Parts: sequence; C-alpha cells; structure tokens
Amino acid sequence: MRNTRFRTTRLLSIASLLLVVLAGCSSDTSSSGGGSSRAVEVDPGPVALRRLTAEQFVRSIHDVLGEHITVPSRVDPDDRRSGLLAVGATFAGVTPSGFEKYEAAANAVAEQALDTEHRADLVQCQPASMTSSDEECAKAFVERVGRRLFRRSLTGEELDPRVTIANEAANTLGDFYAGLEIALASILVSPDFLFRVEEAEPDPANPSIMRLTSVSMAARLSYLLWNTSPDEDLIAAGENGDLVDEDRLAEQVERLLSSPKLEAGIRSFFSDLYDFKQFDDGLVRKDNVLFPVYTQTLVEEAKEQTLRTIVAHLLADKDYRDLFTTTESFLTRRLGVAYRVPVPTADGWESYVFSADARRAGLLSHISFNALYSHPGRSSATLRGKFVREVLLCQDIPTPPANIDFSIVEDTMGEFRTARERLEAHVTNDACSGCHTLTDPIGLALESFDAIGMLRDEENGAPIDTSGELDGTAYEDAAGMGRALRDHPALGPCLVRSLYRYAAGRDTAKGEQALLALLNERFAESAYSVRELIRDVVLSDGLRTTSGPREAEEAGDES
Amino acid sequence: MGLPLLDCFLNSNGTALAQGAPVPIRFGAWMWGCGVNPDRWNPTTEGAGYDLSIELQALDRELATGAKLREHVSILSDFDVKLDGRPNFPHTAGLMGTLTGNLPVEDYTVPAPTLDTIIAAQIGGLTRFRSLEMSCTGNPNQSYSFESQGVANAPEISPMALYTRVFGPEFADPNAGPFTPDPRVMIRQSVLSVVKDDRERLLQRVGTHDKQRLDQYFTSVRQLEQQLDILLEGPPDLESCSKAPAPGRESLGTEVGESMSTNQLMADLLSFALACDQTRVFSMMFSDRISGLRQPGSSSQHHQLTHDEPLDPAIGYQPEATEFVFASMEAWADFVERLALIPEGDGTLLDNCLVFAHSDVSLAKIHGITGVPMMIAGSAGGALRPGVHVRGAKSPTTRAGLTIQQAMGLNTESWGTRSMEATQPVSEIVA
Repeated sequence: MRNTRFRTTRLLSIASLLLVVLAGCSSDTSSSGGGSSRAVEVDPGPVALRRLTAEQFVRSIHDVLGEHITVPSRVDPDDRRSGLLAVGATFAGVTPSGFEKYEAAANAVAEQALDTEHRADLVQCQPASMTSSDEECAKAFVERVGRRLFRRSLTGEELDPRVTIANEAANTLGDFYAGLEIALASILVSPDFLFRVEEAEPDPANPSIMRLTSVSMAARLSYLLWNTSPDEDLIAAGENGDLVDEDRLAEQVERLLSSPKLEAGIRSFFSDLYDFKQFDDGLVRKDNVLFPVYTQTLVEEAKEQTLRTIVAHLLADKDYRDLFTTTESFLTRRLGVAYRVPVPTADGWESYVFSADARRAGLLSHISFNALYSHPGRSSATLRGKFVREVLLCQDIPTPPANIDFSIVEDTMGEFRTARERLEAHVTNDACSGCHTLTDPIGLALESFDAIGMLRDEENGAPIDTSGELDGTAYEDAAGMGRALRDHPALGPCLVRSLYRYAAGRDTAKGEQALLALLNERFAESAYSVRELIRDVVLSDGLRTTSGPREAEEAGDES
Repeated sequence: MGLPLLDCFLNSNGTALAQGAPVPIRFGAWMWGCGVNPDRWNPTTEGAGYDLSIELQALDRELATGAKLREHVSILSDFDVKLDGRPNFPHTAGLMGTLTGNLPVEDYTVPAPTLDTIIAAQIGGLTRFRSLEMSCTGNPNQSYSFESQGVANAPEISPMALYTRVFGPEFADPNAGPFTPDPRVMIRQSVLSVVKDDRERLLQRVGTHDKQRLDQYFTSVRQLEQQLDILLEGPPDLESCSKAPAPGRESLGTEVGESMSTNQLMADLLSFALACDQTRVFSMMFSDRISGLRQPGSSSQHHQLTHDEPLDPAIGYQPEATEFVFASMEAWADFVERLALIPEGDGTLLDNCLVFAHSDVSLAKIHGITGVPMMIAGSAGGALRPGVHVRGAKSPTTRAGLTIQQAMGLNTESWGTRSMEATQPVSEIVA
C-alpha cells in the first residue's frame, strides 16, 4: 500500500537558512527500489491567500450543498499566471463587479440548497416553527455547513452574527428556511470561503522553521488531490493537529490518493496545465465555412477525450511519458466522424485503440491540442511548438521582437504554400530564427493535423513534410515526434516542476532546486508514476513548510 | 417620486437641475485593436471642421439631431507612446502606455491602474454600478479595465446578460407605478455587514500582499452596499430615464458582423443605463489588441493579416487588413451615434459624455506606437470643445488621459511617469 513514503527529519537550521534533510525512503518502503537516504536543503517559498478558481467554487458548492445546484458559472474570471490558474489564484483579488456576481451567486445557491425538496439533506433539525426563527436549529445548521465551507470550525464571532441574521430574516420574512438562506449566503460571500487561507506557524520542534498549520494543510491536500473542499474526516484531522504529524499526514494522503475523487484532482491539474479552460469558455472557435465538422460540442468532447485518456492511463499507474505515444483512448460517435474511424456506440463514450494507420499515437495527435493551439482558420506550427517547449518541457520561449517585418511570411496563395515553406522564411532571418528554430520543427511534425485536428496530407495542393528533429532525435512524422518527446530528458522533470507549482500556488523558489532534483530522481525511480509523484510532492517539506506570508508586490512603476 | 421632470425644473441652460443637482457627466473608453493606416486615417487639416480622411469616413454620418457625427468627435493624431528604452511588447506597450501612463517592464503585465478605474474611483460610488465593462470579443476573461494586475474588471460579453444585470428585476423603473423598497434588499445589506465584521480577524492572519487583496475585497463589499443603498432610494429622478427594451437576438464571436452587432446592442443598452444614471463609467473592448476579427470563410484574422498580408504596391496598404479598420471605425460611429439618440437637457446624452476611443498601435504591421490614433466624442457637459483635430507634435498620448481626468473634474495636474508624464492638457479641445 504505502510503498514510497518520504520520511522527513529536520536536523538543523543555521541562521536564516532553512536546512532540511529529506531522508529518502523509510525502512518500510525498501521494496520500492528508491532505498538510499538522500539529504536536501529546502528553503521554501511564501504562502498567500488562494482565491477559489471557478471550478473549485462550483465543486465545493456541489460537494457541500448538493449536486442538484446550478451554480452561476461566470463569477470573477480566473487569473492565469506563469501558465497556471493555481498560481494566478494566489494573486487574484475580488473586483466590485466580481463581488456583485459572487453575491448574486450566493443568493441563488442558498435558495436552491434550501428549497423544499433538498432542505432536509442539509438541515438536520426540525424548527419549532416553519414561519419564525429557531435559534438552536439555525445555530446547528450554520455550525455544520459553515465548517465545511470555511474548511474549519467557525469562531463564536463568526457564528453568532450569522445566527442573528438568520433569526431576523426568518421573522421579517415569516419563513425559517428563508432565514437560513440568508445565513448561508453570508458564508458563501465571506472571504473565508472565497479565499483559502494558508497560515504558517513556527514548528515547536524547531521554531526557526515555519510550517503550514494543520488546518491549512487540510485544504491544501484536499484542493490538490480532489480539487474540492475537505471532507469531514480531513477537517477533523486538520483541527486535531494530525496534519503536522508526518505519520498521520501520510495516512490521510493515502486515504485521499485511494479515493475515487482523485480522478477529479488529476483532471483539474491537467486542465489547468494545458489551458483547457478555453474550451469551457467557448474560446476554441473555428470557422464554420472552412471546418464544417466544427461545433462547440465537438471541441468539448475532444477535451473530454484527452482528459479521459490521461486519467485512465495515470490511475492505472502507467508511465507518464507513454501518454505521448499511447494509441489507447476514448471516443464518441461525433468524435469518430472527425477522426474518420467507426464508433459503434451510438450514445456516449467507448474505449478505443487507434490502429497504426490511423496516425493517432500520443496525446499530441488528439483533436483537442491541435484545435486549441491553432487559429480559427488555420493551424499554427508555432503555437503548437511553443506549447510543447513551454508546457511539456518547461523551456522558455522569448516573446517576438517588437519591430517585426512579417512581410516574408506571405499569404498562402503566393510563393509559399505550406506552413513549412512560410516558416522556413523565419529561419533565414536572424531576429526570428532564435525562437522559431525551437518551436517550428515540433509544430511542423503536427502539420498533418489541420486547425480542427483532422488529418491531411497536403496544404494548398503541396504535400506536407512532417519530418524534423527534436533536440537531436530525428523523426519522420507526428508519431515519431511523440516518441522523441517521450524520451526527452526534460519531459519528466517538467511535470514535476509543474505539479509542484500547481500544489504550492507559486513558482518554485531558488532554495527548492535540490528538492526538485530529488523529486525528479524519485519520479524516474517510480517508473514515472504520477500517483507516486503526487505523494512525494505533498509529503515534501517544500509543501509542508514556508518562508512565511508573501510580501506586497512592488507597486506599479517607480521613478 | 419618479415623476418625469418638467423643463421648468431645469436651469436656463438646460444643463443642470434647477435645484442645483448637475446632470451627470459620464466617462467611457472604447478600444479597437490593431490601429489604422496612419497616412490614410490622419486628417490633413487641423482644428474644427477638419477634413475627413478616407479611413474616417464613418464620421460623416448624420445624427438624429441633424448634426454630423464629426462635429461631436475630436481627433488626436501624432501623439506618441514613449518607451524610454523599455521593450515595445507587441500590442501591450502602446495600450498600457496610453491607458496607464506607464510602460510595462514585463510582457502581459499592467503597470498601473487604467484611466477608467482612476475616474471610477472618484465618481463610481455615486451610482448603482461603479462601472460597466463590455466586450464584443466573446471572451469573458478579458477587458482593458484594470485596477492592478490582479484586479481586472471582467466584461459583459452578452447583451442579454448586460440587460439582465442593469434592467432585471432589481431595476427601479420610474414608469412602473409607486415604488416600495424591497425588504430583501435590506436583508442583503445585513449580510454584507456580517461579512465586514470578519475583516479585522482575517487581516490579522495574513501578510502584506494579502492585506492589499483583502482591502480590495472589502472595497468591493462597500461598493455593493452603496449599490443596495441606491436601490432602496427608488427610481432615478431623471427626465430621460426609461427602462431599456430587451435586446434583439445576439450571436457572440469575432466574425466582424458578430462583433459589430454586439457593439450596437450593447451601445443601445448602455445609452439607457446612462440616461438612468445607473453608472457614470464604462469601457468597451470592441476588439482585442491582437485583433481576432475575421471574415467568415477566411483562414486569417485581422491581426494575422496586418503582419502576413503583402502591402499592395499599387495602393500602398494591405487591402484585406484595412477592411477591418473600416469596420472598426463604423463600429465606433455606431456606438457614438446611439448615445446621441437620447435627448437630455437641451441637447443629447452624448453632450454629457466623454468617450475616449483609442487603439494599441498606429500601424500594426510594425507594431508602431508613434502617432497612436485617439478620438474623443462628446463634450463632457461643456468642459470640452468637440469636433476638433489636434496634432500632438510627438507629445505623449497621456496628454489625452490628463485632459480627460481634468474634464471629469479630477484634480490631476500631471499624469504618467518618465517621458510619458503629461503636464499639459490638450488645450485645443478644452472649452
């Protein structure tokens, strides 16, 4: 069960430098192969309030108040920074128009949560009267629901005024449950619900180390692994101080990792990393004249196909890297039309293995990526290549120079007919070639997929050449590029870095490089098991300790 | 309450209520992406009665009042965004320079608050909505209204959603009979006061970065409290106020016809919202700075065309890309025209507005930020002289922002930093 656990021992701390020793695997894990003890120093980054993402807002409400609730979908938009909503969430504020929407959403949610059909699920006491206040019952409700939504017990100062307004509203409106609605709304608009408060405290065993409080760890674990509010068991563990104890923390992590809710956590991480929210926001639009097969439903199903593929692969503990070569996937009949393969199931999803001549090996051959990293009317080798470099390999691509002369990249009916011909013009130009030699060979391998991800062999009557080279490995086509990517030394470490940033809600700190190197090693040793990686990340001191609260950003411009 | 104002209640100029309450002055920004062809857009003559260049022909429209649109629109040409050695982040540097008076040090960042939020901070508390942000791009995540990098005002992208927000059940219709305050509004206020009580406890638990964010949050709570106060006051006492009709069929997206239709529908709704003093500050993103406007069946969007389309040597510009410049100017004219449809005092709503149109670049092909095109419609209740062409002689675009702040009654004496610091308003357009 618990085969590779980090055992963490804090040995010493010198001046302000936080010196932490992570001793590889503990004795009970000798079977996993990663046996030797390794020490690394961790000087972790800061913590900050994390505004719930739109998805977390919806999932938390569904989890705590009922799946039947239609949650207004457009609240304050998520802020994406450093390529992750999870990082943007530690910077996002609440604007006046955003708060207006949160308040409207809170009222709408409270009304549905307590409608006549569902109130019994949430209110575990009978009011003395349906038409007036009942202090005791109202208090029990606010205590119980508030604790789930605030991810901790309410203080008396938080509880009492909410019970008071419930009573006042019940009497004014002549309806006990209308009073509860008001109290519930006051929880849902509170900053204690909309923001996850991550707090640090000195570690009693070594007061120069700041650790996350046990209560903070509960939400950190729950949103990382399940992307929703902690359940009762986890809140209790947080409030009992279990989550600052490494054994009891590890037990909770095992419980979360073996829950079916882990699937949601994995989906959320990859959706965030790949910017799949663009599908939900209706921003992956294609020209209907050029791509008659395009519909919003098709691209949403394409997104779902990729997420199902990822989840099935990773939950089976298969090698993360094989996602880029696998032919196993899931299809609907609508997707079958776009992939030009028969799908017998008329309604819903079926698992599907692409044959070799389908030319659909690896995630990058999916419609989702090719449609997302394209323009509405044409494919983009540059956007696709940039995605692979930046998101899958964690390599920086500089922004284009300011005074670009694009006239060399002429129109499609002129001298250059294929993307390769147009883009090769960049490579002859010094200002362009630095970046385009990084992005374009990757993207050109995917040129056999048009802007909606359908197969093609020629562009404007000229044959498409998909051959190229990825950092020393030559390939002939998209499948070959997928294999080169699968074996690229940066692929695994990049996922480690991305998951770490996602979990911490910030970019990695300088003092975390040694820890990341250790995590990389262990990821490789686990045969690239993402489940093992998640466990290692959450149990590492990088996630359990902090430098303290983040300081204010530099304001605007200086002199 | 709610009786229509008779003309005798206005002062002799028709610009203020006789009791002294002034007709509200409104500010809005209207942004289009990817600029113009400067040689074809800049008028050749200066001052009032400037000649209409080929790309400004949309301003030749006749308004319902009989006046020409151009008489209400001033043109600011030859004003520059100055980099002081900072990078010209394509499409971002120019936009941020003009809207914030600062240049970003990193790409995709907002160096300072945008003009609309500076003005909303002064006058936004007087109305039900501090400001209204709108977009014709179909993207719910992006507007060019920022209080800071992390505090971006999300736009309404759907005319129907805008209608529901402003004219839904909460709207106090002056023509809907006697007004009775809704007890639910008072209860909602009590919810907000409970939340405000959480403030001190929470502030003690966080660092300086989060204190700023929580202050922002509580500012937003107070803003909603004010909105609710205004709802309890009943319908606005404004002669021109009536409830907007529900918008017609909408189709969201960046096909140029879709964006133009969204712009018209939103401008209609906005004009009613302004006449009812529901807000005094607004912004509209007609197209993204990296303009995604496109024609159905075309493989290229506006932005791509500005870079990829060959310059036709016979005419000296990019014909397909230029179609989107014409479309943008038509859309701008559509927007302003609708504000002039509502009578107010002895003129129209437009006279009591100041709408600032601008783009992110001049010539998009080269990401030019010299001679960034700007226009100002309306006379801000008499503070501005409309219908004038001013050449900026390479002075910073922030002079427009400075002039606007002063016309809107702010005590701003200079605005912007380094070479973008403006100290001289555009006096030619000041009344």
